[in-house]
Amino acid sequence: MNAINNSILTMILLVPLAGAVLVALLPDRGKLANWIALGTSLVTFGLTLHLPAHFVPGQSGFQFEVNWQWIERPATFYHVGVDGLSLWLVVLVGLLAPVGVVASWNAIKERRKVFYALFLVQQTAMFGVFLSLDLLLYYCFWELSLVPMAILIAMYGRKNGPRAALKFFLFTFIPSAPLLVAILWLYTQTGSFNFAALQTVIAHGNLGAWPLFWVALAFLFAFAVKVPVFPLHGWLADMYCEAPVALAMVVAGKLGLYSLLRFHIGLFPVQARDAAPLMVGLAVVGILYGACLALVQRDFWRLMAFAALSHLSLITLGIYGLTLTGWEGAVFQILNNGLVEGALFLLLGALYESYATSEIDEYGGLAGKLPRAATFFVIASLAMIGLPMLGNFVGEFLILLGTFTGVSKGWAIAATLGVILGAAYMLWLIQRIFFGPESELAVSKPPEDLHAGQMAVMWPLAAMMLVMGVAPGLWLPAIEKSVRLPQSAEQWKAPAPVAPQSAMPVSPDEEAQK
Amino acid sequence: MNSVPDILRILPEVILTLTGVAVMLLEASWPTGRSRRTLGWVAAAGTMLALWASLGQLALPMGTGFYDTIETSAFTIFFHALICGLVLVVLLLSLDTLPEDCHHQGEFYALIVFGAVGMCLLTGAVELLLVFVALEISSISTYILTGYRKETARGPEAAIKYFLLGSFATAFLLYGIALIFGATGTTQIYEIARLAPMAQNQSLVLAGMGLMLVGILFKVSAAPFHVWTPDVYEGAPLPVLALLSTAPKAAAFAVLLRVLYEMLPTLRPVWSPLLWVVAVLSMTVGNLAALRQQNVKRMLAYSSIAHAGYLLAAFAGLGNSGIAAASFYTAAYVAMNVGIFAVISVVSGYDERLPLIADYRGLLYRSPLVGSLLIFFLASLVGIPFTGGFLGKLTSFSVAMEGGAVWLVIIGLLNSGLAAAYYLRLGLAAAQRPTDEKAMAPVPLVGAAVGAALLFAVVATLVLGIVPGNVFRAAEANAQTLRAPAAQNNTPGNPVVAR
Repeated sequence: MNAINNSILTMILLVPLAGAVLVALLPDRGKLANWIALGTSLVTFGLTLHLPAHFVPGQSGFQFEVNWQWIERPATFYHVGVDGLSLWLVVLVGLLAPVGVVASWNAIKERRKVFYALFLVQQTAMFGVFLSLDLLLYYCFWELSLVPMAILIAMYGRKNGPRAALKFFLFTFIPSAPLLVAILWLYTQTGSFNFAALQTVIAHGNLGAWPLFWVALAFLFAFAVKVPVFPLHGWLADMYCEAPVALAMVVAGKLGLYSLLRFHIGLFPVQARDAAPLMVGLAVVGILYGACLALVQRDFWRLMAFAALSHLSLITLGIYGLTLTGWEGAVFQILNNGLVEGALFLLLGALYESYATSEIDEYGGLAGKLPRAATFFVIASLAMIGLPMLGNFVGEFLILLGTFTGVSKGWAIAATLGVILGAAYMLWLIQRIFFGPESELAVSKPPEDLHAGQMAVMWPLAAMMLVMGVAPGLWLPAIEKSVRLPQSAEQWKAPAPVAPQSAMPVSPDEEAQK
Repeated sequence: MNSVPDILRILPEVILTLTGVAVMLLEASWPTGRSRRTLGWVAAAGTMLALWASLGQLALPMGTGFYDTIETSAFTIFFHALICGLVLVVLLLSLDTLPEDCHHQGEFYALIVFGAVGMCLLTGAVELLLVFVALEISSISTYILTGYRKETARGPEAAIKYFLLGSFATAFLLYGIALIFGATGTTQIYEIARLAPMAQNQSLVLAGMGLMLVGILFKVSAAPFHVWTPDVYEGAPLPVLALLSTAPKAAAFAVLLRVLYEMLPTLRPVWSPLLWVVAVLSMTVGNLAALRQQNVKRMLAYSSIAHAGYLLAAFAGLGNSGIAAASFYTAAYVAMNVGIFAVISVVSGYDERLPLIADYRGLLYRSPLVGSLLIFFLASLVGIPFTGGFLGKLTSFSVAMEGGAVWLVIIGLLNSGLAAAYYLRLGLAAAQRPTDEKAMAPVPLVGAAVGAALLFAVVATLVLGIVPGNVFRAAEANAQTLRAPAAQNNTPGNPVVAR
């Protein structure tokens, strides 16, 4: 068992890559690539399930750690590990991979080999981002995750793929240039890319406030673009419109939010605290702005994009509220959001597949023809809205509670308004697509309801939404452990002498106390 | 001390020369009308032998030969191996892309090999006059190769431009050598290093260094000495370009390292800011100009200018780490650059059927293999992790950061973000669905020779990006032999005696 524990993370990283190589080497015949990709992603998902099964919730610090030297100079290590923060995100990525494969099963008709090979490379990159504990390794995976995405958007874009791909790539690539400068600067100052070591050094405050301000800003900027946070969301709508469904659902939001928590707040607690008021403000603006724009969209991909902006901003609010409750809610909400977006993307993708349009007005009255799709769509939408008993309710509640008690009542009320608007646009969307009189389009085409593969995916997703809503206790302890502060969040937030080395996520000091 | 026969110190050069002569003689006696591909294989075999010989030099005691004019050290072996490997790839590439009816095929292969002689000598020379002679040997063959498509207007134009400007540049170099000789009374690099700080007329040394820098920076096409690059690239045949954009630059960078770090280390306060400026100019000018190009070759020409800038950033690094980073980047640069030119040669052919970026539309659909290779090498040029391009850039910028040039690093990395835009334009064009499949020429099948060349480049780029350990160690061994001649050379597996 120990051998498995030591190599599990490496296996999680290598299996998709091996699958990609296999897909690339085998001939492009029929659905061979689909099956290999499905098999690989299921195996990987199975491997990721090993993590929660053998994760010791009581233990702080990183588990399943592997630390090998990779490059001698600059001293870079293949250093991976998980804690409560990344644990469930890894499982989520693992879960969404087979969902993505099923979603593209019929949608991708040509050059399947290229598609699935790149899709699997993307998996590796995503896992790498969540697992890396070495800043340079992290950066490598972070950048790597852009490439398959950009190529696939360009190849399979619906209308203007290359443009969206270029936008997506540059929007995330250019801000990562300052990020690399910042990482290199930290390296020249400390001689290490190691997350825990850097955390300690920065906490001891020998690096000078001014350079650290810029370094933290570079981190924040790079991650905020990726989330995206309000004024930096220019790439999001185009990406949602053009990207193959599988990629949009896999990528959305998670990388940036996780990075904010782990590397911005985790490494620079003092700077994060200074930036928090700004981020809270932007997050609330994002919630409302996204929700308002979602209300007026005529294209359901764009509607989903702005809805995503709204929901991701809510999570950002939870993160920068700097309260324990908010953080718990944020991490939990990243998971929920991933599930719900996965389900909605799959369903909308299926609609787009049969009707070849994303204009909402052309749809109408589909509920009678596509009862299965309609049912699941309503369930997923209700989850997204935050109906009690479904997962998002718990996350949103925790975030809003944290904001209400820990930040300001005004912001919390404004954010809640966004949740109400969220109900408005989602319900209206359901009404326009599935109910009302049957549109010409609905009449003209023979109905194609969800096929068995899609059902096989939708059932577990819907069940998960329910379980996460009813029994959040299964997840929250592990999350709480990782975002827990030794002192109360209030103390940490106080501007007076702080002990940032004890800030979340788990710091070496805390480990020492054990 | 000098128990080694001198001839062993120039064994790779000797082998290359003999190969070149043999190819020339064979060409003359070859029956007219018979395929001349065999000659290419002869040249490739000779180059492989030279590669083996240069690696074999690791077993020699490090030191100088022929009255202290030529050196064998980890540094020279590193660059010899690099250049021989490159020439081998280019020969393999030419074997499959040169059309059957191409005129003077034998001479083509011979000229490539003769150029390699000059470049190898250039990296081994520790005597400025030999540097000059070697530079001429390598330049003259590249001038001729540039104009090889003499039936087109662009070919001779490019050759003449290259020749005229290149001659000016070498004249600058020679003038600089003369001034340094005037100041120190010698042209031997180690002697100059010893005498230059004591020279009575320091301004003479400075002027000499400045003029030499002009000559060398011209060869690496760094701004503001870059204007020849796009025109020459546009005119040169593609297989030649694979050579032209890599090997002479690698050799010139070796000379630059030698001249600056070994010959004039005391003048570091002067040349370091100078190179800072040149690096920033090259990156910025190269990238901004590349953004506007529609022609693939011109775009890559400007991109190579920008890469010269990234490489020069390593010169902001202190001592050993600067040399190691520059050497490593050179290796990464040549691997990915020869790769991308090889791909483009395959797609576009010797007669350049597809000159524009727009012509590459749908490449990934028409030929997934070639398209993927194109995107792979572009990703490396962009600096995507797990490729040589990323680690090269990373080492270069991290030593610059250690050297305190924070702004250089910021400008450099922003530049590389900017650069992504034009590389991506080509890459995304290739990934885009073709509009009209019939209108596009099919991609010719990849032959065995060119396949081997591509495989070589891909493996090199990946190795440099994923398991760079050995190359890093070799690059650091370079640094030690260069900076501190007494230091132990620790190239892996080959314990060698200190000089």
